[in-house]
Amino acid sequence: MHELTIAKSLIDLSCKHAREQGASRVTRLHIRLGSMSVVLRSLYSCFGPASRGTLCEGAMLEIDEVPLSVHCRRCNATKHPAGRFNFRCPDCGTPTPDVLTGREMQLIGIDLDYTRLDGATAAAPAVPGTARTAAV
Amino acid sequence: MPVVQMHDLAHGQAHPHDHGHDHGGDHAHDRVHDHAHDGAHSHSHAAHDHGHDHGHRHAVAPGSEFLRIEQEILSENDRFAGVNRAWFAERAILALNIVSSPGAGKTSLLTETIRRLAGRLPVAVIEGDQETDNDARRIREAGAAAIQINTGRGCHLDAHSVGHAAEQLDPAPGSVLFIENVGNLVCPAAFDLGEACKVAILSTTEGVDKPIKYPDMFAASELLLLNKVDLLPHLDFDVAEALDYARRVNPAIEAIQVSARSGEGIDLWIDWLERRHRAIVQVRVDALDAEAAALRSCLGIDAPGKPLTVVAGR
Repeated sequence: MHELTIAKSLIDLSCKHAREQGASRVTRLHIRLGSMSVVLRSLYSCFGPASRGTLCEGAMLEIDEVPLSVHCRRCNATKHPAGRFNFRCPDCGTPTPDVLTGREMQLIGIDLDYTRLDGATAAAPAVPGTARTAAV
Repeated sequence: MPVVQMHDLAHGQAHPHDHGHDHGGDHAHDRVHDHAHDGAHSHSHAAHDHGHDHGHRHAVAPGSEFLRIEQEILSENDRFAGVNRAWFAERAILALNIVSSPGAGKTSLLTETIRRLAGRLPVAVIEGDQETDNDARRIREAGAAAIQINTGRGCHLDAHSVGHAAEQLDPAPGSVLFIENVGNLVCPAAFDLGEACKVAILSTTEGVDKPIKYPDMFAASELLLLNKVDLLPHLDFDVAEALDYARRVNPAIEAIQVSARSGEGIDLWIDWLERRHRAIVQVRVDALDAEAAALRSCLGIDAPGKPLTVVAGR
């Protein structure tokens, strides 16, 4: 199934950023998945094999799940339906095609290790322990 | 036309990773375990990470640094899809991504559609299957240009391979391009190919609740073609119930009941196609008109405040 494609895209993207930063390893991938994408839980099982031999090997996967929210035209408000694919206003029952959140599939960021395998530091981060932002 | 294997379509750039080579057990083991945990977490490895609480923030391990990226995971595919979409728009091509389970009748419906459109609209087809070019041959026999993409182990078409196939096929401007995806109601939903919209085919020999069993696909499609309605007298299939399920996951979805075999409802489908095709062509005509008007104004013709009488006074 396509989890493998998703995993590979995720790994390619992360490795690209890691190489650009001169890091030796990716230790964590922080991603955002809409509840409509939770089929991708199976990402966990293919991430390991797909990351073998890459800078992401052994990294941990952290997933933030974003619940489904829709805009109800009748109530003119943002609503949170109960089911994953239940596109009806939970209050008035009106069907709505206006999905606001729940389709996300994004890489939020990665933790990079700059330590080389021989123990030396590959390239000192500008300010250790602080967050940088990638140029996307 | 040759069958395109999906892996042939890569640009041949070296992939510095992902060869799946085998590490010695010790080495791999060391790599997996040498990053620091703070002791409280025992679940932090990808393959072991099921079901823990989401949303909590892990401390960045010592020596590690957080890099904020904020990028779509499928951004590479989306980028290629964007390129395809622009390519189609420039040529006023109506590209439709046809999705269904295996056996719903995609190819039969397309061959019937091609026969009906003969002499009315130019049609081209990109066929996606894991193996064989049987479908592309059927399409060519029906009278349309076709190219087959074999995805091998892949369960869906992606924008990159479709882009190359479209270039090779090179449909005439103003064509209808059907992209017949791999028969699969799960994976193709996530991959934008640059199409104008997805068209889902459901057949009466399937369960009425397919739309809620595979909601992504029906949520992502603009039109539902309910195929094989000629068989309804012999089946317990409840059309109203099936359409209700479809609208539950996609209140905006349009639906047309058709039979590729008896021809029932095909006229409505052809009307839908011609309407969408006209809209696409009109957008391109308007854009070209605007461009031509801009260029004319450079020549001093038709520009605001200037008369059209360029040759007057002779």
